[in-house]
Amino acid sequence: MSDHVISTDVIVVGAGPVGLFAVFELGLLDMKCHLVDILDKPGGQCAELYPEKPIYDIPAIPACTGQELTDRLMDQIRPFDPTFHLHQMAEKLENVGSEEAPRWRLTTSTGTVLEAPVLVIAAGGGSFVPKKPPIKDIEPFEGKSVFYAVRRMEDFRRKRILIAGGGDSALDWTINLHPLATSLALVHRRDDFRAAPASVNDMRRLVADGKMDLHIAQIKGLKGHNGNLEAVTLHSKEKGEHDIECDTLLAFYGLTMKLGPVAEFGLNIHENLIPVDTEKFETNQKGIFAIGDINYYPGKLKLILSGFHEGALMAQQAFRYVFPDRKLRFQYTTSSTSLHDKLGVAG
Amino acid sequence: MHLLVRDQSGQVHELEAPEGWRVMEVIRDYGLPIKAECGGACACATCHVYVDDAWRDKLVAPSEEEIEMLDGAFEIDERSRLSCQILTREDLDGLLVTLAPGSEPA
Repeated sequence: MSDHVISTDVIVVGAGPVGLFAVFELGLLDMKCHLVDILDKPGGQCAELYPEKPIYDIPAIPACTGQELTDRLMDQIRPFDPTFHLHQMAEKLENVGSEEAPRWRLTTSTGTVLEAPVLVIAAGGGSFVPKKPPIKDIEPFEGKSVFYAVRRMEDFRRKRILIAGGGDSALDWTINLHPLATSLALVHRRDDFRAAPASVNDMRRLVADGKMDLHIAQIKGLKGHNGNLEAVTLHSKEKGEHDIECDTLLAFYGLTMKLGPVAEFGLNIHENLIPVDTEKFETNQKGIFAIGDINYYPGKLKLILSGFHEGALMAQQAFRYVFPDRKLRFQYTTSSTSLHDKLGVAG
Repeated sequence: MHLLVRDQSGQVHELEAPEGWRVMEVIRDYGLPIKAECGGACACATCHVYVDDAWRDKLVAPSEEEIEMLDGAFEIDERSRLSCQILTREDLDGLLVTLAPGSEPA
């Protein structure tokens, strides 16, 4: 049981800018970090929602994009060699220590088990999960005949598939699943696609060759029994409502944020946010901190720079849990030779 | 100036709207249920509204970016806009918008 448990100093949930900078502040105080993120890359909202959009309010950086900020933070924390557990959701938390000397055991959706005296929740707006179409009674179909991701292509062999969406996911899976499927059709609300032009061309060729159908329409409803899909009802201006026979629907409408299992971690939650104090940014549970967009305190501003500040103060208290017998020495990176050693910049 | 906002339950609210604000910001600050998770960057499509027919032509037309981003919203029609991309102005006093399905907070 415990032979696959990874022991570390601090578990950070969320690898967005605030989680990444927390690694830096914790690293200066000798604490090792493991990060968990549901996305398959670090950067959080900066990387997922607005990688190309400029940010102008990072101190001393007049302008950078979301991706540049992520890249710079990754550079900055490299000396501390954090471990990333990506593409998995922080799912279950238990205290395997005591209330006074907690030891948090976190299990992720892919079965990674991490243990540390300190857990830092830097999860922003929550986990990125697929947007679900607001179709009445879609739930019984989900996971059975309606999917928001492809885990195993083989599961879709000999299926009659309808794919919804106009971005890269929709187009990539159209092209990749087409050879396996008995039939495949794509539905998108307009005859323009955001996806990479090469994929759009491939799709249009398949349509022109009569190998798949393209429907310019929107999904109105599902037909079937016991979660088994029989048809999807589409609506378009030209045809009104009409049914497309299929047994599988793959819907790709992008991602949205949901608080998710963090709500079950035994923390106080107020309107999807985690209340903290403003000196340590600690939650109602000892050794669990919340920093960045996910926390709440009077005067809170959801700014990246606020999250950086919160991370620095959090690290001071985290040190006391990780090294209860050591005295914390406050030092500046400008002048401290021991910090220079840690940063790998010793002259 | 004021905005009229019909919420998901059909109730219409009259909101005081400072000029030059994003319609999304007015709705959010008033406390009506709108997700608007990217905070106005035209990056998430969770502030989708329907603009009342009488007002559609008075608005600045949507950018290509907004039209593309609407692909991530649901039940789109010719009244669909992202409310973070509409700025309030004096001559939009009385603008009526309806919160669209999928824009409610999780």
